[in-house]
Amino acid sequence: MKLFTMMKEIARNTVCGPVTRNYPAVKRAPFPGERGKLVMEEGKCIFCGICAKKCPSHALTVTRKPEQSWKFERFRCILCGSCVEACPKKCLHLVSRLEPEDKKD
Amino acid sequence: MSMLIPFGPQHPVLPEPLQLRLEINDEQVVSAMPVVGYVHRGLEKLAEQKDFQQDTYLIERVCGICSFIHSLTYCMGIEELMNIEVPPRAKYLRVVWSELHRMHSHLLALGLLADAFGFENLFMSLWKTRERIMDAMEYTTGGRVMLGSCCIGGVRKDINPEQKKFVFDQLALVEKELKSLSHVLLDDYSVKQRLVGVGVIDRKKAYESGAVGPTARGSGLEMDHRMTGYCAYGELAFQPVVEQDGDCYARTKVRVRELSQSLELVRAALDHMPDSELKTPFKGNPNGEVAMRAEQPRGEVLYYLKANGTDKLERLRVRTPTFANVAPLLSMLVGCSLADVAVIILSVDPCVSCTER
Amino acid sequence: MTINEELTLDNILEKIASMPLRGYRFVTMTTVDCGDTFDIYYHFDRKYKLNNLRLKVAHGTKVPSISGICSAALIVENEIQDLFGITFTGLAIDYQQHFLLADGAPEKPFCRVPGVYVSAVEQKKADGGAK
Repeated sequence: MKLFTMMKEIARNTVCGPVTRNYPAVKRAPFPGERGKLVMEEGKCIFCGICAKKCPSHALTVTRKPEQSWKFERFRCILCGSCVEACPKKCLHLVSRLEPEDKKD
Repeated sequence: MSMLIPFGPQHPVLPEPLQLRLEINDEQVVSAMPVVGYVHRGLEKLAEQKDFQQDTYLIERVCGICSFIHSLTYCMGIEELMNIEVPPRAKYLRVVWSELHRMHSHLLALGLLADAFGFENLFMSLWKTRERIMDAMEYTTGGRVMLGSCCIGGVRKDINPEQKKFVFDQLALVEKELKSLSHVLLDDYSVKQRLVGVGVIDRKKAYESGAVGPTARGSGLEMDHRMTGYCAYGELAFQPVVEQDGDCYARTKVRVRELSQSLELVRAALDHMPDSELKTPFKGNPNGEVAMRAEQPRGEVLYYLKANGTDKLERLRVRTPTFANVAPLLSMLVGCSLADVAVIILSVDPCVSCTER
Repeated sequence: MTINEELTLDNILEKIASMPLRGYRFVTMTTVDCGDTFDIYYHFDRKYKLNNLRLKVAHGTKVPSISGICSAALIVENEIQDLFGITFTGLAIDYQQHFLLADGAPEKPFCRVPGVYVSAVEQKKADGGAK
């Protein structure tokens, strides 16, 4: 009969301190290549509309007439990155995570 | 005198909404009837209205735990319809991510099981270990759960030497932690008291009611779809993990042993990964029908795809492993005591959201 | 995917009952709406090989339930009854079309019935025809 098998683990946890971070104060550096949010380099876009066609969640709308525009609904985006792969001008990028200050835009 | 007790849909131990109407006779369960539909989203219908390439990302969101293997099975189905040969490196990468997914899913399930029998400390320790695997997945693909790395014809991302080293480092830590935690899960007196002899389903009954995955393997059925050798599984040596007793303890043991098996599989796949292209380009649309199966952490998943030569599929059907495990679960519950219901439900590791789709 | 056997309403129960005796495990059922008929597939597995049986029924036909033979078929038949509106006779537990769907949900949502759902291909044709 084995009792208190967890004791070793508990003792280790007591000595080593918490594994969690004190989040808003201490932040983990994001991993390189993290899919955080989609950004577009203004000026390079030719408004071809391929990204909007490939997007599985219809988060992108591209219009050429009467006015050239590239619209992005952030909360529909599922961060799959298929628009980034499809872009012929390579002007779309997935960059590091969404921070609270991004809410403004 | 018997009475009816609704178990769920909101219950402290259930991670997802599932209701069981239990007919109770003095603490003993006489019969159980499932009531589902709380999270039905009509995903199969939605998939018919999207492009078959866009479906890859939609299908990944069928389940929040075993997402990669869902998209993998779907891609394998389309690849069979269109006769696309996947490059060898992509096959190995698919194995790596599938097995990482299996490990994190098993750790999650074991943690929840520990929580169900009231071992909070073990639950947190298991999830601490799971976090290392999540880190490995995030570093290699950019997403913690929704990897988005599988696509028709191959994979979208590669693992470079730096990432490979990171995965190996994490796996070494996981192996060390797993050693002490599996000792607690399998040998501790109080854990055994809650698991041994509870929720027994014998081999014959399990086969007849269509059990899959650890539920079937815990009852002595040697059933692991990876043995068919899809992806690169045919080139990696392993044997299905089988336990004979058919109780909650046997199912837990299967998961614990599969964890170390998956760990070795990830290492072997990363070591033997050949150099090649990542993706085979293709043109055109799929046509015809196919039924594709793969092994998920919870068991075998079946995808039925019917295409008609256009870019939209005519029918897509998903049979998730939990769907097959509902019938065995109901027969396990008969005759058990009310206090064990939670443990039995979590020992089959139900994933309700992917069952209802 | 190969279809190993075609079933008819007369011999379905007899053929399905012979499957477990031959060592087959019930995997699942799939329904496809083909316009005026339904294709119901019964998938069975033995040693990692699928055996698919197909039953073609016209819309509105009642299909005998196999839940008496394979208990696992119970939930999938209830699901089909919800999503496609096919009535199964002799179900062990009948949820009365409220297995997956809540009260007030659209009826037979997975069918191709016009008004409820028009497939994208047909929609395109209709649009083209109108012009």
